[in-house]
Amino acid sequence: MSWLTKIGTIDRRIIYGLVLLAVAIPLLFKMILPIRVSEPVMMCFNAIDRLPQNSVVMISIDYDAASEPELQPMLVAVLRHCFAKDLKVILLGHWALGLPLGEIALNQVAREYKKVYGEDYVNLGYRPGYVAQMVGLGREIRDFFAVDYKGIPIDSFPFMRSVHNYNDIDILFGLEAGATGDAWVQYAGARFNQKMFFGATGVVAPDYFPYLQAKQIEGIIAGLQGAAEYETLVKQAGSAILGMPAQSVVHGLILLFIIIGNIGYLLTRKKK
Amino acid sequence: MIGNIIGTWIAATLTIAILSFLYRDNPLYKLAEHLYVGVSAGFWVIYTWSFDVKPMLIDRFIQATGVEKWVLVIPAILGIIMLSRWIPKYGWISRIPISFTVGIGAGLGITASIQGFILPQIQATLLPLTTINNIIIVIGFITTIFYFYFSREHKGFLKVGSRVGIIFIMVAFGASFGYTVMARISLLIGRVYFLLHDWLHILR
Amino acid sequence: MKRQVPLVITFLTGVLLVVTFFIPHEPFGSLEQRFLIWYTIVAGFTYLLGLDSLVRYHLLKVRDRKEGWFYSIILILGLVITLILGFYSWAKFRSPFALGCPFMYLYTYIIIPLQATMFALLAFFIASAAYRAFRARTFEATLLLIAAGLVMLGRVPLGGWLWRQLATLIGLIPGINGVALGKFELFARINDWIMDIPQTAAKRGIFIGTYLGAIAMSIRIILGIERTYISSS
Repeated sequence: MSWLTKIGTIDRRIIYGLVLLAVAIPLLFKMILPIRVSEPVMMCFNAIDRLPQNSVVMISIDYDAASEPELQPMLVAVLRHCFAKDLKVILLGHWALGLPLGEIALNQVAREYKKVYGEDYVNLGYRPGYVAQMVGLGREIRDFFAVDYKGIPIDSFPFMRSVHNYNDIDILFGLEAGATGDAWVQYAGARFNQKMFFGATGVVAPDYFPYLQAKQIEGIIAGLQGAAEYETLVKQAGSAILGMPAQSVVHGLILLFIIIGNIGYLLTRKKK
Repeated sequence: MIGNIIGTWIAATLTIAILSFLYRDNPLYKLAEHLYVGVSAGFWVIYTWSFDVKPMLIDRFIQATGVEKWVLVIPAILGIIMLSRWIPKYGWISRIPISFTVGIGAGLGITASIQGFILPQIQATLLPLTTINNIIIVIGFITTIFYFYFSREHKGFLKVGSRVGIIFIMVAFGASFGYTVMARISLLIGRVYFLLHDWLHILR
Repeated sequence: MKRQVPLVITFLTGVLLVVTFFIPHEPFGSLEQRFLIWYTIVAGFTYLLGLDSLVRYHLLKVRDRKEGWFYSIILILGLVITLILGFYSWAKFRSPFALGCPFMYLYTYIIIPLQATMFALLAFFIASAAYRAFRARTFEATLLLIAAGLVMLGRVPLGGWLWRQLATLIGLIPGINGVALGKFELFARINDWIMDIPQTAAKRGIFIGTYLGAIAMSIRIILGIERTYISSS
């Protein structure tokens, strides 16, 4: 009986070691598991897929390096979808420390699809105070972003000349790791009828489901699983599909921890 | 190329330095932690310059003409006196720009909360009670509000309602926990992938 | 003067923005837009607010050779190097954020690993907490545990795999097609249902409360009843 009660008191360092192994081994063996595409991700895919050529997609980088492994693969997958369909992309960011991540992904995917800066996509950069900006963009984008992130006037880019406010943006894709997503829905969505969908970290994604049910957003790509689903839809495996087996193993391990912890707890309670 | 190799080694060292905290707090972790705070603080200064002061104030001031040019002096002054907090004696002056931003935040927030959340969310809950899912959504929504209604003692109908509400709240928290696990593990996957792929080249 | 002026400013800006929402025409519309631009400009300066106390604290620590002064040197060095590389990159590459410039080098090889690993630590802590604290002590805790377990199982391919194995076992019963049953993806469907129905209902209830509170607070601020934001300094 004593070993059964002991399992309730495993040293934390052993747990840490097991978690590390559960992540590293599936990565090393390059395990691949089939991905089931869920409805909210399919809705996001369709929202982009039905747009005609040259439609304008605005992408908002509302995360930083702390959420990069989850949201960066979503950004790459959605950019691939946009460029494959010859859509125009406007990138901006509301999380200061994350903006360069958008630039990195944009450069990588634009090169793959031979897209030209200023003709097919622009990076507007960042401005402080996102709430005011979201309302202000409803009137005139130039009031906040007269120049791009390098200081070049946006009117020197052909497709930007006809973009003035939300009326000229066909869909907004927000990559969300915090409260910025709520602001997009409440300021740009409710006040200016801007259509949008989100890629969200696992932490905030559950909070966006009420918006989805109320049809205030077009879809949600939630967490690494969501990213893997979008990668499946665009038929290009990336870091999300590669990471999902490790996710599976660690999820199994944590479930096991919960079960073992509870067995230990129930046994010690019985003894008392 | 050599720069990238050196960079990857620096990044790997810093990654391991932070991970070493799992064993115990140690000088290597402290060093990495302080470096993070210092570099981040520097980043904010560069951000303020390149995404705020330069494009929103200096460039505009150069390009604008007439009254528009001089109107820009107002936000510039508001911004500068915000920094009066640096000098305790004159710190109170910073209340002026703070009150301006607080007023804007409050004014925008009132209408956005009503138009962007409360009304559409209530509308989405006004469902015909013809399916089990619709019934669950309506009951779950109402009883959750019951649970957070503290103006009256939870007795009788309110007690039953709040008891049902806690069931929904626990399910929601459980779901959030499940999703949070995925989020946290993703971050670790990202770091382990970096170490195995970019640094050690074991993964190709 | 020290209190009245800020309160009047808050009242006027708050009221103007509410009025403009209902009457977006001139002069309110353009006045609101102007205020929003000013807000953006002023908000940038708030980033610098903590800078002086941070630098002063660590400089004093170094001067007085207080415990951990060496780390303070690292912090200040990090700050200074970032500033030098930032302004250098801005001058030479037009933007510090151009790929390949020294400032982005700093971002890629210092900020990303430090920030990402800092948060990756939480993976270990959440696993440890799941084992240590996630106990079926009460009815509510059990419910939370079951919901979390089902979502965790349904959210990853592991759930699909587990269900297919179960379906194969059930398929041994004559008359049941295990393969077809395996395609039903039970755990994934349970996850979808929890997220779409009970989770959504509860979150909606919680957030309605939050937003009603936020509205009440905003009204109190505009009317000058809530004054904590001007009480310090």
